[in-house]
Amino acid sequence: MKKTNNKFSFREQGTLLKKDLYANREVYFLLIPVVVFYIIFCYMPMYGALIAFKDYAPKLGVTGSPWVGFKHFEMFFNSPSFLTILWNTVRISLYSLLVEFPAPIILAMLINELRNARFAKVVQTATYLPHFISLIVVCGMIKDFTRDTGIITQLLSLFGVPEVSLLGYPQYFLPIYIGSNIWQDVGWSSIIYLAALTGVDPQLYEAAKIDGANKWQQTIHVTLVGIMPTIITMLILRMGSILSVGYEKIILLYNDATLEVADVISSYVYRKGILEQSWSFSTAVNLFNSVVNLVFLLITNKISSKVNETSLW
Amino acid sequence: MKIKVSLAQRIFDILNVIFMLFMIVIMIYPVWHVACASFSDSNILLGHQGLLLVPKGFNTNAYSAVFTNKMIGVGYKNTMIILVCGVAINMIMTTLAAYCLSRKNLYLGKLVMKMITITMFISGGLIPSYLLITRTLNMNNSLLALILPTAINTYNFIIMRTSFMQIPEALIESARLDGATHLQVLTRIVVPTSTSILAVMVLYYAVGHWNAWFNASIYLKDRTLFPLQLVLREILIQNDTSAMTDAMAADQHAIGESIKYAIIMVATVPILCVYPYLQKYFTKGVMIGAVKG
Repeated sequence: MKKTNNKFSFREQGTLLKKDLYANREVYFLLIPVVVFYIIFCYMPMYGALIAFKDYAPKLGVTGSPWVGFKHFEMFFNSPSFLTILWNTVRISLYSLLVEFPAPIILAMLINELRNARFAKVVQTATYLPHFISLIVVCGMIKDFTRDTGIITQLLSLFGVPEVSLLGYPQYFLPIYIGSNIWQDVGWSSIIYLAALTGVDPQLYEAAKIDGANKWQQTIHVTLVGIMPTIITMLILRMGSILSVGYEKIILLYNDATLEVADVISSYVYRKGILEQSWSFSTAVNLFNSVVNLVFLLITNKISSKVNETSLW
Repeated sequence: MKIKVSLAQRIFDILNVIFMLFMIVIMIYPVWHVACASFSDSNILLGHQGLLLVPKGFNTNAYSAVFTNKMIGVGYKNTMIILVCGVAINMIMTTLAAYCLSRKNLYLGKLVMKMITITMFISGGLIPSYLLITRTLNMNNSLLALILPTAINTYNFIIMRTSFMQIPEALIESARLDGATHLQVLTRIVVPTSTSILAVMVLYYAVGHWNAWFNASIYLKDRTLFPLQLVLREILIQNDTSAMTDAMAADQHAIGESIKYAIIMVATVPILCVYPYLQKYFTKGVMIGAVKG
């Protein structure tokens, strides 16, 4: 398609377009609300992000507000919070990459090994369940279970953790955050890998067995290799959000005592922008974040398409 | 040699089953704990430590407090309004987008598709969207602010489009030749042949609306518009049970304890009840998405 397009001159393409617009006028008509939606709710905010380079005043609007160049970016880079929240974001993200990312893969491989199909079904049903509990309720449960007399605190006290409200102490924030993430989503995220596992050719196992591979070797060389494209794809997507730890759970769980370890870029943007109304400044922070994310996504995708021939596009 | 392998295999199988049982307990117990606590006597509960396997001092006081509470009712009503209107708009918009962009001979189709895919990776961010909705569109304090900006979830749209593209083109072509308009093709052919994917989408969108709270928290000031999740946040996260218990000021703290659990149950049970029956649809959605990925 692309090739033929290039052959035509600009004028010819115009005629083609006109013909197409007429022939498919009905489809285009139905498409109008969709395009309008994307322009208003996705592209207008992108234009609105220009306020990162301006001193936004509500009366003047996005277009009328005066340009200030990189003032807000400089302010952010020079602020004492910059390194803290950057480090917090990277830290939370890396931990979740190291712990949260492999967990569903392992779970899927173990479920795949279960011999009783009905039991496997029960395991799946049980592990998917927490995914459907709302974040507010999950955080409410976390708060309740980790207070001084909460069930989690009680259990951990057997291992020498003091019986205090765990969310009030910075050192426990990250384990609680990551642990509850795993609890809520390990099962749900394993679905995709389970689907990939059913696609692994059983003949490969037969062949490996004949070649004398033991169970462990089969797991590494057949199972893991078989689902590698899926893992890589998920990893690329994950890398694209290396600097985006979602604010929703953070702002539900943090408090003044844990701010020093829990405050991430997105929650900082929320506080500065929505609560303190420094609109231009927080937009600049957000923009910085998005650019870094995009760069990471592009780099990982590039590397992966070279090394593994798995690419997003 | 053969026996040795199967012995190792057997040990692995047993350990694996034990691990899975452990996983099931971990996944289910928190919900069970909350369920038991909600039926327990608050005073006993305050002094109770450790695992809770059955309700202590069984009673339903907490539930009567929850069901007579005004804010919970208001929250439920608002969530239902958002859910019904929101899902209707979601489905209409997503189906339109998926149908139009699954047409193969559309000259501008690729361009629009590119324009849509880009938004998955680049967005204006929280603040510009907030300013757009509150200042430019003036949807402050209106349920529209929770429904319109999320009218199409791009990921869901791609899943649906992929599924529409698998409908045999001949089916659509023949209907077109018989003089059906595109809208007729969509409603009489595409929708009836795609009921399972549409069911998946309804579920995804419905769960999304049910769980959403953040947009409501920044756009709504009027408490009578609060969806259930915001009411829950006040009680569970901000620890504000005062709204709940003014009728029984005497043992406010005590009732407040089991009320929390009862509220969690009231907010979670509807989903947990339908979930096992709908599980296969939910997972189906992930699978279709995975085929594309």
